[in-house]
Amino acid sequence: MTNVGIVLISHSAKVVEGIYDIITQMVPNVKVELAGGTDDGEIGTSVEKILQAIDRTHHEKGVLLFYDIGSALMNAELAVEMTEHENVAIAEAPLLEGAFVAAVESGMGKTLEEVKEAAESV
Amino acid sequence: MELQVADVIQWMEKSNDSIQANKDYLSSLDRAIGDGDHGINMARGFQEVVSKLTTSDYQTVSDVLKDVSMTLLSKVGGASGPLFGTAFLKMSTTVKGMEKVDANQLGEAFQEALNGIKLRGKANKGDKTLVDVWEPVVEFFKSSDSIDANALAEVAKQAMESTKELEARRGRAAYLKERSIGHLDPGSVSSYYIFTALSEVLQKGA
Repeated sequence: MTNVGIVLISHSAKVVEGIYDIITQMVPNVKVELAGGTDDGEIGTSVEKILQAIDRTHHEKGVLLFYDIGSALMNAELAVEMTEHENVAIAEAPLLEGAFVAAVESGMGKTLEEVKEAAESV
Repeated sequence: MELQVADVIQWMEKSNDSIQANKDYLSSLDRAIGDGDHGINMARGFQEVVSKLTTSDYQTVSDVLKDVSMTLLSKVGGASGPLFGTAFLKMSTTVKGMEKVDANQLGEAFQEALNGIKLRGKANKGDKTLVDVWEPVVEFFKSSDSIDANALAEVAKQAMESTKELEARRGRAAYLKERSIGHLDPGSVSSYYIFTALSEVLQKGA
């Protein structure tokens, strides 16, 4: 897949799994990876999970991260600083609605900047 | 004062002792105005820190602090992970390559840690976060060349207690607005334990 990838970050694995189902039902040609919950499967976020999701998603068009509350943004920012990949951005948008719009735009072959802008105007 | 590798490890061991002993207290503070997992998260993180430090060999203070940071980042879970992890990472880079640090260098490291916490958490003094303890401690280090261990503990204690009457503007507690008044900020209390532990290490003549 050569479209902008999407990483969903939430305190809950169930939340991102549900959003994944909603998005992939309509947009099959965009890579969506999940970073829900902590390494132990508890409520929380994990910078390692986010880094791994970025690795799985990444290619030359870049990756857009979506987050929910609290530590999710801080860990997303840390992951952007720590990852070896370029073209990784964080969308300031609602997790579900933002990621959904982003996936649709990405599926149309838009650039990372275009996808981010569309998501942030939700 | 002069902190060497063994002193920093002891500082972290003492911090861990306090956090383990007050794990339930920290969680109860967090239940009042947050999500109630602060004690569990910090206890897990610092236990891992001590396990890591006591089974590794270090030449420099900066390498010890880097391992503290990486362990907290990956093991804590809540917002405290990225915040305390960032603090220790900034300290590590500030004293990079140093085998020991004096009071001025430690003060510089704390200043950078504070900057990192503020940037990461987008918080300022008065927002009822750990910044309310770290900033007075940084000012204390800047105000004097020789650090009095008892005075350090007292500064941290007063700063921690000052969070009780504040209304939270950052973190989970901020959703509660004025209902957050009258409760101590859990991150400030665990920061207080960390600075008290440092004070104990300094008291022993580090």
